[in-house]
Amino acid sequence: MSLTGLEIVAEEVASDAPVVEGRSQWQLTWRRLRHDKVAMASLIVIGVIIVLAIAAPLFVAITHHPPNTAYPNSGETAAGNPVPPGTAGFWLGTDGTGRDLFIRILYGARISLFVGFVTTAIGTLAGVAVGLIAGYFGGIVDQVLGRFTDAVLAFPYVVLALALAVVLGPSLPVIIGVIAFFSWAAIARIVRGQTLSIKEKEYIEAARSVGAGPFRIMFIDILPNLLAPVLVLATLYIPTAVVFEATLSYLGLGIQPPTASWGDILADAQNFYQVAWWYVVFPAVALLITTLAFNLLGDGIRDAMDPRTERVLAGRRGRRSRRDRRQTLTDTGAADSGAAPYAPPAGGS
Amino acid sequence: MALIGFLIRRILTGIVVVWLVSTAAFFLFFARPVDTVARQLAGRAATPQVINEVIRNLGLNQPIMVQYWHFLEHLVQGNLGFSYFTGESVDTMLKQDLPPTLSLVVGGVILWLVAGLTVGIISATKARSLFDRFSNVAVLIGLSMPVFVIGELLILVVFVPLNQHGVHWIQTGYSGPSQGLSTWSGHMILPWITLAAVQAAVYTRLSRGQLLDTLGEDYIRTARAKGLSERRVIFRHAVRAALTPVVSQLGVDVGQLLGGVIVVESVFGLGGIGEVSVQAIDTDNLPVIIGFVIIAAIFVVAANIIVDLVYALLDPRVRIA
Repeated sequence: MSLTGLEIVAEEVASDAPVVEGRSQWQLTWRRLRHDKVAMASLIVIGVIIVLAIAAPLFVAITHHPPNTAYPNSGETAAGNPVPPGTAGFWLGTDGTGRDLFIRILYGARISLFVGFVTTAIGTLAGVAVGLIAGYFGGIVDQVLGRFTDAVLAFPYVVLALALAVVLGPSLPVIIGVIAFFSWAAIARIVRGQTLSIKEKEYIEAARSVGAGPFRIMFIDILPNLLAPVLVLATLYIPTAVVFEATLSYLGLGIQPPTASWGDILADAQNFYQVAWWYVVFPAVALLITTLAFNLLGDGIRDAMDPRTERVLAGRRGRRSRRDRRQTLTDTGAADSGAAPYAPPAGGS
Repeated sequence: MALIGFLIRRILTGIVVVWLVSTAAFFLFFARPVDTVARQLAGRAATPQVINEVIRNLGLNQPIMVQYWHFLEHLVQGNLGFSYFTGESVDTMLKQDLPPTLSLVVGGVILWLVAGLTVGIISATKARSLFDRFSNVAVLIGLSMPVFVIGELLILVVFVPLNQHGVHWIQTGYSGPSQGLSTWSGHMILPWITLAAVQAAVYTRLSRGQLLDTLGEDYIRTARAKGLSERRVIFRHAVRAALTPVVSQLGVDVGQLLGGVIVVESVFGLGGIGEVSVQAIDTDNLPVIIGFVIIAAIFVVAANIIVDLVYALLDPRVRIA
C-alpha cells in the first residue's frame, strides 16, 4: 500500500471516531507524570537545587563570604572550632577552617550536578551506541562487546579510581572519566536486548529492502523506539553518579581542596563529630535530598512510561487491575491497542 | 565429576583474569617517568646523584620488560614486592591489615543478606501492608545514601551520644576477636550496619519483586489448592525459585562490595587493606597499590566461582558445564 493510501485510511479512521484525540507516547507519559505527586515534587526539588547551584555567586554577594575564604575571627570559636548556624551571618555555621558552610554546600552542589549530568550524558551516548551495535550486528561483535560489558559491570570502581588517581593525579577530568567509564554498561545491556527484538520487526526488513544502510537503520529506525527506557535509565543513573563523585572525593581520589565538594566537606567534618553536628548534617542532607529526588523522579517516569510496572510496586491489587483493564479493552473492541492506530478498517487492505 | 571439571575450568580462567589485571596494573603504574617516584622518595633537596641511586636501588633503571618479568616471577611465588618507604614486604603489610577487612566483609555480608532477604520476603507476603510501605520508604532512602554518609550519621547519632553518656561498648577503630568477642563486636557493629545498609536495600527490593512475581505463578496456586500451609508454600515453593536471580546478582555486586569496604574502613578508621591502599596513594607507594589491585581481582574471581556454584545448587535447571 502506498503512503498516501495509508494516510487516507488513517483519516477515515480519525473521522470515524472524532472524540478520540491522538496522543503521542510522550504526551501520554507527561499526562501520567503530572498526576504523580511524588514525581512532580521531586521535579520541583531538583529545579530548586539547580537554581540554588547556579545562583551560588548571588549568595556570595549577599553574605560577602566567598567559598574559599576563611574567617578565623568571626567564623571560629575561641577553641578554633566551627561556629553554629546563625552565628555572625553564617546561615549554616562554618566549617573546620572557618569558611561559610552554606556557601560551600552551594558550590558543592555545582560540582555534584555537573559531574552527575556530564557523566550520565557521556554514559548514555556510549551505552546506546555500544548496545545498538552489539544488538544489531550480533555474532562475534556481540560476543566481544558483551564480555567487555560484563567485565565493566563486575569491576570494582574504587580500584580503578585508585589506580587512575595514582597515575594521573586526582582531578575533575579524571573523576568524570572514571564515572563515565562505569556508566554506560547497564544502558548498553538494556539497549542491546531491545535492539535484538526490534531488529526482527517487519518495518526494519522494509527499511533494509529499500536499501537503508546499517547505521541508518540503527539510528533512524531503531533508536527512536529505545528512547523511553534509555530516558528512565539515564534519570536513575544521575543519583548514582552524584554518589560516585561524593564517595571518590570523600576518599581524596576526586575533587581536590580547596574546591568545595560534598564528599570533601564530609571527609573534613569527621574531625568535628563531637563539637559541630551541623558540619556533618547539612552536607549529608543536601546529598540525600538530591539523590532521593532523582531516584523518585526516575521511578515516576518509569511508571508513567510503562503502567505495567505498577504491578511490582502495587502488589496483588495491581495484578487484578491489569486484568480488569484488559477486560474493558476487549469490551470496546480495542484489545490489541498497540496496533490499533494503523489498523485499517475491516476489509480495507 | 562435572563439578571438578567446572572448578578446574573456572580456576584456570580465573588465573588468566588475575594475570591480565596484574599486567594491566603493572604497565599502568610503571608507564610513568621514574624520576617522579624517585624524587618524591629522595626528598625535595635531593641531588641528581641521590635520585639516580634511588632509581638503581629500586631497579627502576632496568628495561620495562625485565622489570615486568621480575614482577611476574615474584607474583608466581606469592611475593608482591616491597614497600618503597619502609622496605617492608607488601605481603606482610597486607597480611597484617587483613583481619579488620575480613571481619568487616564476613559480618557485613551476613547482616546484609539476612536483613535484605527477611525484609524482602515479609514485604512480598504482606504486600501493601504498613510494614511493606515502611520498608519501601526505607529501601528508597537506603538506595539514595552514599555508604560514607550512613557511617558518619551513625557515628554522629549513635557513637557520640552513647560515649558522652558513659556507654563505651560501641567504639571506632579496630580490635581483634582475641581481645574478647564483646569488644570486637562493639568495634564492628557500626561498620557492619554501614556496609550492609545500602546493599540490604538493593536486595530487599530485588527479593520482594522476585517473590511477588513468583507468588503469581500457577504452581503456587496449585500448591495452595493442595492445602499446603501458607508457610510451606512460601518457603518450600516460592522462595527457592525467587532466590536464583538474587544469587546471580550477588556475583555482580562483589565489586561494589569492595568499594564499600574501602569506604567503611576509612570512615571508622579500621585500618584494613582498603584504607591502607587509599593512604598509599598520598605517598605514591606503588607496590602496595598493585598488591591491593591483585588481591581485589583474586577476591572478585573467587567470589564469582562460589556464586555460580550456589546458583547451580539452588536451581536444578542450571547445569554446571
